[in-house]
Amino acid sequence: MERREFLKAIALAGVAATIKISNPLSVLAQSGQNLTTGLPYDLVAVMGGEPVEMFRRAMTEMGGMEKFVKAGQKVVVKPNIGWDKTPELAGNTNPDLVAEIIRQCFAAGAKEVVVFDHTCDDWRKCYKNSGIEEAAEAAGAKVVPAHEESYYREIELPRAKNLKKAKVHNALLDSDVWINVPILKNHGGAKMTISMKNHMGIVWDRGFFHKNDLQQCIADICTLEKPAVLNIVDAYRVMKTNGPRGKSAADVVNPKGLFISTDIVAVDTAATKFFNQIESMPLEVVGHLAKGEELSIGTMDIDKLKVKRIRI
Amino acid sequence: MWRTLRILVSVVFFALITFYFLDFAGISGVRSFLPRVQFIPALMAVSGGILVFWIVLTFLLGRVYCSSVCPLGIFQDGIIWVSKRWNKKKKYGYRPARNVVRWLVVGGIGIAFLFGFTFVLSLFDPYSAYGRMATDIFRPLYLVGNNGLAWLFTKFGNYTFYYVHVTILSTFAFLIALLTLGGVGILAWRSGRTYCNTICPVGTVLGFLSKYSLFKLRIDTAKCNGCGLCALKCKSSCIDSKKHRIDYSRCVDCFDCIGNCRQRAIAFSPLKKGKPVENVVKVTDESKRRFLVTAFATALVVPKAMAQEKVGAFVRHKAYKREYPISPPGAVSTEHLLKHCTACHLCIAKCPSHVLKPAFMEYGLGGMMQPKMYFDDGFCNFDCTVCSEVCPNGAILPLTKEKKHVTQVGRVVFLVENCIVNTDETSCGACSEHCPTQAVTMVPYKNGLTIPQVNPEICVGCGGCEYVCPVRPFRAIHIEGNPVQVEARRFKETEKKEVQIDDFGF
Repeated sequence: MERREFLKAIALAGVAATIKISNPLSVLAQSGQNLTTGLPYDLVAVMGGEPVEMFRRAMTEMGGMEKFVKAGQKVVVKPNIGWDKTPELAGNTNPDLVAEIIRQCFAAGAKEVVVFDHTCDDWRKCYKNSGIEEAAEAAGAKVVPAHEESYYREIELPRAKNLKKAKVHNALLDSDVWINVPILKNHGGAKMTISMKNHMGIVWDRGFFHKNDLQQCIADICTLEKPAVLNIVDAYRVMKTNGPRGKSAADVVNPKGLFISTDIVAVDTAATKFFNQIESMPLEVVGHLAKGEELSIGTMDIDKLKVKRIRI
Repeated sequence: MWRTLRILVSVVFFALITFYFLDFAGISGVRSFLPRVQFIPALMAVSGGILVFWIVLTFLLGRVYCSSVCPLGIFQDGIIWVSKRWNKKKKYGYRPARNVVRWLVVGGIGIAFLFGFTFVLSLFDPYSAYGRMATDIFRPLYLVGNNGLAWLFTKFGNYTFYYVHVTILSTFAFLIALLTLGGVGILAWRSGRTYCNTICPVGTVLGFLSKYSLFKLRIDTAKCNGCGLCALKCKSSCIDSKKHRIDYSRCVDCFDCIGNCRQRAIAFSPLKKGKPVENVVKVTDESKRRFLVTAFATALVVPKAMAQEKVGAFVRHKAYKREYPISPPGAVSTEHLLKHCTACHLCIAKCPSHVLKPAFMEYGLGGMMQPKMYFDDGFCNFDCTVCSEVCPNGAILPLTKEKKHVTQVGRVVFLVENCIVNTDETSCGACSEHCPTQAVTMVPYKNGLTIPQVNPEICVGCGGCEYVCPVRPFRAIHIEGNPVQVEARRFKETEKKEVQIDDFGF
């Protein structure tokens, strides 16, 4: 109960702050909740804090984890654990952030929280060296393997253009809700890897994506029947060049950002614009954004959304 | 007492080394002394200390290596144990030594080795033969067992066991392992330690030393009534009970005879008892002497240059697509590998990325079954040095992570005509994505697309690009092997610049 009080207090503080800043959009925001999502904001962006701190603030603005995770639910938290890299090298999602998300899921009454990623490097090394396995397990989550085809089963994607079916990880298919937690990175092929690209870690056959128009397939997989209830973009550390793997620490900057939205295209658009300030990244070259909009999985028109911006 | 000690040591040793080969989860750790103390690996790695230890121990106690440490020897003891339970009336009996065959095998292996046919030594070295049985036969079975458990546990939502990829890496190596298992197994089942006392080169050499060992199994002729029970129970068939003689070149110090003797006439001791009956077979084997002298003389006069020329010729043997096979990082060169590796397959068993597999003819006839890198099931992890750490032979020399980062085992070759960005005009970049040094980078192409550009100088040959390239049947990017591994040029580190952002950008 203490936590809830605390969260409420934070929420109130947030509201107060919003009134103070009072830009046209936040005024709009105060006019009420989004009618389709029932949420106070469509997108919350935070800057300048530590990962856990930024996430707590953002989540409070979003109305709390209880809005997304209900008591007794099976939850999947899907970070990016693609590479055998330490957190400082920003190849994988921040482990502290992942742990905090898991704790909040349990606080909201989740029965079980499962974490996995179909890694690129040897999965045992990725899980370990990313720090995510340890952090997630300490937070009470079950960290499950995803390196063998038998962990996946096929689903149909009727709305997709090229990727008509895909083998998706059982844990995700068997969950009640899932939360997408990518890290913001430059990507040699897809240009950016954020929430939409993070879906390549829930499927078995990534080769198909690369063979059949990568940008289209990234958009296609996002049409799956069970979209993530939340997309939480970790931009605390950002790999600005040589992504998604990176060569050295020189590829990493520390702009301390975090973006949350239920709209996957919107949050990726926002994150791309944020990234564009570090390295030039016009929205047009990140092909999967427009293709996602075309498949009506979200909007690139952030200006039409109720956005909450927080600076810490 | 001696027998109990032998059984205890051998069971522990065997269990540990077998588990070390089978273990994929890292429970037994990366490094282990178990393979390093084996005789042939120590010889190949020129580990003076270990060799001296075995020679001294053999002069002291006889062939204890063969009964307590050699995994193939203990494996045979296992088969023998089962065969005795299968047939309760199983009897052995004295057989004369086949010394000509024994020394022919040793000489043949030695000469073949000098000519670059390490393969022959690999075939007969008992440790390597057992290593291949463990890696190529037992390990797949162990993995299948694990997957069964994984299936069961996963069904109930428990992920303690996880699935692992099971595959027969090389049909040839599998068949050789199977033949070894069958051949040695049948010999052991039928007639005890026949392999060790007729074929095994380590057995022959240590057997020769054992003749002069201090401690020996000695028959007290005062007590012995010549019943012959010891000979009937001797799996080495080396006790001639009629003459009260033991052929120490074949006695593997199993100590079974001590307990079987009802007269308590056999003891493991440095002193002879009873009236002086010649225990050592003193009959000089003239043919063997002549053979040995000729063999070593031949071996010595073979010019080294000629041997090297031959090696070179075999290494240059063309493989299917690749001109040169890719040797594991730390192998120095295909020639170094060829001269030191006895194909125990420990590196293959331990490679966490499934990138090593036994070669067929890629290294030439002499290097059959030695490890080569292939990128069908994985690629070499940039930070991983496991194969170089586990190799007991010094065939793959230990690398630090820093050294590994600049060890170039091969160089990237890009075929733009196969690349999907070129043929389909869609984004891909999978190769560059996996490249640890960015020897493959994506550069602007048409319509806002980017296409790979390669810089072989900074490539280490890990094969990430080749593994992940989605184009089939012919990939657009592959690694060409370096016959001699070189130091890759270090990629340029861009200066770290902290970027200050004050705005969200939207």
